[in-house]
Amino acid sequence: MAITREQVRRVAALARLRLAPEEEERLTGDLDHILEAFARLSAIDTSTVAPTAHVEDFGALLRPDTVENPPAGDEALANAPARDGRFFKVPKIIE
Amino acid sequence: MTALHELSLRDAAARVRRRETSSVELVRAALDRIAAVEPAVGAFLTVTEAEAFAAAQAIDRRVAAGEDPGPLAGVPVGIKDMICTAGVRTTAGSRILERFVPAYDATVTARLKAAGAVIVGKLNCDEFAMGSSTENSALGTTRNPWDGSRVPGGSSGGSGAAVAAGECHAALGTDTGGSVRLPAAFCGVVGLKPTYGRVSRYGVIAYASSLDQVGPLARDVADTALMLEVIAGHDAADSTASPRPVPSYGAVLERGVRGLRLGLPREYFVEGMQPEVEAGVRAAVRELERLGAIVEPVSLPHTEYAIATYYLIATAEASSNLARYDGIRYGLRAPADSLGTMYETSRAAGFGTEVKRRIMLGTYALSAGYYDAYYLKAQQVRTLIRRDFDQAFQRCEALVTPVAPTTAFRLGEKVADPLTMYLSDIFTISVNLAGLPSLALPCGFDGSGLPIGLQVIGRPFDEETVLRVGAAYEHATEWHRRRPRI
Repeated sequence: MAITREQVRRVAALARLRLAPEEEERLTGDLDHILEAFARLSAIDTSTVAPTAHVEDFGALLRPDTVENPPAGDEALANAPARDGRFFKVPKIIE
Repeated sequence: MTALHELSLRDAAARVRRRETSSVELVRAALDRIAAVEPAVGAFLTVTEAEAFAAAQAIDRRVAAGEDPGPLAGVPVGIKDMICTAGVRTTAGSRILERFVPAYDATVTARLKAAGAVIVGKLNCDEFAMGSSTENSALGTTRNPWDGSRVPGGSSGGSGAAVAAGECHAALGTDTGGSVRLPAAFCGVVGLKPTYGRVSRYGVIAYASSLDQVGPLARDVADTALMLEVIAGHDAADSTASPRPVPSYGAVLERGVRGLRLGLPREYFVEGMQPEVEAGVRAAVRELERLGAIVEPVSLPHTEYAIATYYLIATAEASSNLARYDGIRYGLRAPADSLGTMYETSRAAGFGTEVKRRIMLGTYALSAGYYDAYYLKAQQVRTLIRRDFDQAFQRCEALVTPVAPTTAFRLGEKVADPLTMYLSDIFTISVNLAGLPSLALPCGFDGSGLPIGLQVIGRPFDEETVLRVGAAYEHATEWHRRRPRI
């Protein structure tokens, strides 16, 4: 099953990536090449195999929900690309 | 007399504690070495000279006051730039985080500092740890200290190169599919990927969360064991960090391998391997036998599916983890007049080619209509790969394999074809899929003078056995004493 340019555009939109035309073309070829090699997985019968999402054996570790951090100061905003006082500034959301 | 920058981590710390050498002297030696070799190596993205001297002076004051500053007393170490350091920029080798300065230390950073280590800088890596050669870093080129035309391995290439070149006594890396072990092998140093859950990941930039683990690189097994002992253990800030107690890893190193049952997986000695790598690893296995280990063949039949399984799971998790880079609270923001455009253009400008490729692959594998065929299928095959190891470990206490099918390849040699690059990880990625501990250590050199890496894989949470095997081999051989002429 070949990957099409249209599929690459759709996936890029899902991933919020704006691709240049030459990137679209390159990625179409790359994904096709990679997924063709990965198609070998379909040869294995996994009908009775449970999936592994993670390998931990100790389950969820819980702790009391107590406040330990001091109230956030200016450091939370120190890396903001744009800010207005104590707020992160973003482009207009509602037209 | 051994130059200060060539001392082992243990010797250097012991000298500081005995007041024979000050931490300031060690830091000055490391920074001199960095200044001398960095033009040729390029391991560091940031050198923290002022912070390092301030930390070293504080250690020296504590020693003078009769206090014990800890097991890593005053010793210079480096940290991969995937790991947060408060007040020191942490880039993940990416344009999108080029100016990111964390407000807090990762737990592993804090534990190193609390043990007395002095951080001399942040080390280059493939962007978001995605790569096998460090060539995917957007911020600099790292060269192999044994041969400047070769890659240091990846993704923790800066960590491997800096330790090999004597720029720091030990370093931290991260390992999602081999990213500590491959640079250790290519640079001729020791590297350990701990069991999934052994080390906290709080403050470590996420790539693939069911696989990522922090691990140390050092110049011998005992230094590696000491680093692990400092960083391992439960952390209230990371629910995936295991509550199991941390043993004293240094205490088992002298126990030898007599009677230990070691498995040799036949799928890890394959057609197309560099013959010198196979010969070096087989000679190491004979040495372990001579030391009393019982070696027997084992089979890990699903090995041939590991690359596909890993790259589907890792990219799916990466596509989710990297969704956070949206240009709002931190990181690069491209100018845009609407929010949607801002997301798309910031991510387009901030991420490099391989990161985009993996986000695309992972998004595809998770998207409607393809989830069962790719992502779920890969998770099922992951179960089969784990079972292979479970079976091998019913008879054997550890497995011995090569780290990689070749020694360090040339810069530029594999960048054109992503699949060829992915194959560099063929002997390391199954270990991450199964969550096992694994040690890489030098076991010889090829005809071009490049190091060959031996891998020792253990049962979950049995770092003690892999370190013990590594230490026994190291005591009987001299490979780990060789240093690159640089």
